[in-house]
Amino acid sequence: MRRSPSRVLSSGTTRYVAGRLGQALLALFGVVTIVFFALRLSGDPARLLVPDGATAADIDRLRDKLGLNASLWDQYLHFLGNALHGDLGYSYVQNRPATDLITERLPYTANLAVAALLLSLLFGVTVGVITALNRGKWQERVLMPIVLAGQAMPAFWTGLLLVLVFSVGLRWLPSTGYDGPLSLLLPSITLASLSAAAIARVTRGAVLEQLPLDYMRTARAKGASGFRLVSRHLARNTAIPVLTVAGLELANLLGGAVVTEVIFAWPGLGQLTIQSVSARDFPVVQATVILASAVYVVINLCTDLLYGVIDPRVSAGGKGEPA
Amino acid sequence: MMKRLRAAAGVRLPLAILVLYVLVAIFAPLVAPYDPDTTTLAQRLMSPDAHHLMGTDALGRDVLSRTMYGTRVSLLVAVVAVLAAGIFGVALGVIAGWRRGWLGAVIMRLVDVVLSVPFFLLAILVVAVLGPSLVNVVLCLALVRWPRYARIAYSTTLQTRDRGFVRAATATGAPAWWIVLRHVLPEVLPVTIVVGTLELGLMVVYEASLSFLGLGVQPPTASWGSILSDGQQYLGSAWWLATFPGLALFVLVLAVNLLGDAARDRLDPARRTDVRRSRIFKREVVTA
Repeated sequence: MRRSPSRVLSSGTTRYVAGRLGQALLALFGVVTIVFFALRLSGDPARLLVPDGATAADIDRLRDKLGLNASLWDQYLHFLGNALHGDLGYSYVQNRPATDLITERLPYTANLAVAALLLSLLFGVTVGVITALNRGKWQERVLMPIVLAGQAMPAFWTGLLLVLVFSVGLRWLPSTGYDGPLSLLLPSITLASLSAAAIARVTRGAVLEQLPLDYMRTARAKGASGFRLVSRHLARNTAIPVLTVAGLELANLLGGAVVTEVIFAWPGLGQLTIQSVSARDFPVVQATVILASAVYVVINLCTDLLYGVIDPRVSAGGKGEPA
Repeated sequence: MMKRLRAAAGVRLPLAILVLYVLVAIFAPLVAPYDPDTTTLAQRLMSPDAHHLMGTDALGRDVLSRTMYGTRVSLLVAVVAVLAAGIFGVALGVIAGWRRGWLGAVIMRLVDVVLSVPFFLLAILVVAVLGPSLVNVVLCLALVRWPRYARIAYSTTLQTRDRGFVRAATATGAPAWWIVLRHVLPEVLPVTIVVGTLELGLMVVYEASLSFLGLGVQPPTASWGSILSDGQQYLGSAWWLATFPGLALFVLVLAVNLLGDAARDRLDPARRTDVRRSRIFKREVVTA
């Protein structure tokens, strides 16, 4: 007696999706909690928020205004409730809701991150496939050192060198600020360099793992090679590890964007974060971390759910985590 | 011949480089040609020459000497952060894997949560709140990185506790702490050492990134990140400020990464492919 495959699939899928959703919600809740308590690490946030040279009375007034005289538990519940309503606090420097400041800057960072992710996928997958299919040949010997070097280059150094060569030396490209699509070029290459190296290594590993398998031998025996071999036979079977690392890399892109934006004076979230840190505008920093985490959690949720579409065994098997 | 060369490139050369950095860090006062903090305004922003091999900065300080002293900060922060995160993470991971139950569940959910924050942002928040200093940089890196070790220690402990020698030890009535120390930890440590080596390069990069943003060690202490940050201001007139400390950082991270790869290959030749690593170690590769 076999159950029909479609039923097995659907009940397994539902459980998988529900489990994964629950995990994501829990993660978000945890992030909000961590961020709330991170600000308490130093003791009294009011002391952090007042400008230098404020009197004790000033601090007390601020404590009152911020509701810091309530119990920690009440404050936490309050913070949680507000976060649920999309209220992530108020900027003390600009006197506006933190979320407003963030939504103004978000498009710039999104532009940069998407451009960088596309660049790194394009470069990483191409290099990964080429080096795997040409093991021991000149392609591998030329490309692998580049990948290893790319992995050891911190974004801020890559960025400085790019500016040094292309803006200061050759004067081809603008070094800072945002004017037109050309100014996106250097920052997105900077941001993409590390992820590209990581994606290249994972792609290469995934392809190497598939090569000795029977279906690949069959495909090759049938005369498939080059582009056809990759697109028809390899793509689906190597997509999951590549997607996983691309999802993980997104966190790196969001973090790396801070340094990259500072180097290129890019008016995005990263710069806002650093400006807020130096202005001691902690609600804005808090809000940025929460928002970035939310984006990261949602994207990883999406990649996990995509596994089920690419490889039905994932959701049918009910294996929640591919890790 | 080729094989030998490759083996040398894989382990010996990176090891030699690492030893060189450690020696420079320890003996910085002996090998540095100048005092790293002495300002000589008459010699500001001098390009590299025989007296100042890496030139001087905006305050006339010798960049080579500052880069050598920067090795101290870099290695100290990286090593202590890896040790702190490793010890904390392994302890929690082993406890979670051994006890399981609600305690294990709570610990592992916490691991999931910390891993779902883009941790460089979390690090920025923590350092910003605590105030920038050497100790706080180490503390904050350890706080955001321990889940890596906890996850790997957890899964290794889970696998180990069901193996014959552990069951045998349990059957003889050995106390739990003894079994964990004698049988579980020796299984857990090799994998965590590999993770630690791979993390070491990351920590060097993060310390430099935080210093670059002005959130690391404070002036006048020399750090590669802060020299590079100065370099950014003088990109148009003093290219050497933005290149040499970055080169020092790059070579160190490359050497450490190669050693980490070699350690991983030696630990388990079956896990040589990068895919497996991405799944098992769930490692994020150098960012920031």
